[in-house]
Amino acid sequence: MPESEALHASHRLEYPYSRSVGPVIGAFLTGLRDGKLLGVQGSGGSVIVPPTEYDPTTGEDTGELVEVGPGGAVESWAWVAEPRPKHPLSRPFAWALIRLDGADTALLHVVDSGGPDNLASGDRVTVRFRPAGERIGAMADIEAFVPEAQGGAG
Amino acid sequence: MPDDTNPEPLGPVTMLATPIRLDFDFTPGVAQSRFLRGLERGVFMGQRCAVCGKVYVPSRGSCPTDGVPTTEDVELANVGTITTYCVVNVPFAGQSIEIPYICAQVLLDGANLSFMGLIQEIPTDQIRMGMRVEAVWVDPDELTPSLASVKYFRPIDEPDADYETYKEYL
Repeated sequence: MPESEALHASHRLEYPYSRSVGPVIGAFLTGLRDGKLLGVQGSGGSVIVPPTEYDPTTGEDTGELVEVGPGGAVESWAWVAEPRPKHPLSRPFAWALIRLDGADTALLHVVDSGGPDNLASGDRVTVRFRPAGERIGAMADIEAFVPEAQGGAG
Repeated sequence: MPDDTNPEPLGPVTMLATPIRLDFDFTPGVAQSRFLRGLERGVFMGQRCAVCGKVYVPSRGSCPTDGVPTTEDVELANVGTITTYCVVNVPFAGQSIEIPYICAQVLLDGANLSFMGLIQEIPTDQIRMGMRVEAVWVDPDELTPSLASVKYFRPIDEPDADYETYKEYL
């Protein structure tokens, strides 16, 4: 039998998990749905974004939620020249660590800068939310961050 | 899950859907493809080792004992012997068969390797080792290169096989 007669099949394995998010991440996701970026006060007044229930350094309970952004600075980034099917954008984009204004930690998200030549560490970016009616309380409610000169939306 | 079709003010987000999905392509290889194409014709195809003479079904294309390619195709009988079995009484997510049902290892006549099959048309308390069974296939126009072509195995009117004939396969 020639090799070409070997069969070939496409399979899909999937699990429909859902998880409870708890009071702090729940508040963060609710904020996203409302078009707001929320962090939480950690020990010593630092602001953690995305917020956690415990300060990752001291293990103490975190405090009040505080609004951060909508702008921030790119700390570092990696360019995705050929997006794969499950990537958040179908055109080339950057994964970036973004330190939002008012935050002391960086948030991992997408920067839609049009090309790698339009992006550098330290660049100012701002959030672009999905339209209000499409937001469900998930990270993808943020469509992308964009260079601040282009302005955001949502 | 938040309900974004609800015009009323939405409550806080408490749940997050996190489905995971893996899309993948599977190539069973030439030897197993022959087995699968056999199923499409309504027959069990195996392969014999030229060194030890054992017949593997489905064949992986080589003999695990002798390490040589298996090149001789063998069409096996539609009947075989139950070597071991399990009565499934426990429901689980995604279950497609009504419980209780019997899962058994079936050693086809002429084969030296058993494989798992569903046993039907017999009360679960009457299943036993050595029972002779036959494969029941889907309608000819529904045959596919898949084990789904075999609906199940059912008992046939034959005396049980002697333990000595299948004790090597437990």
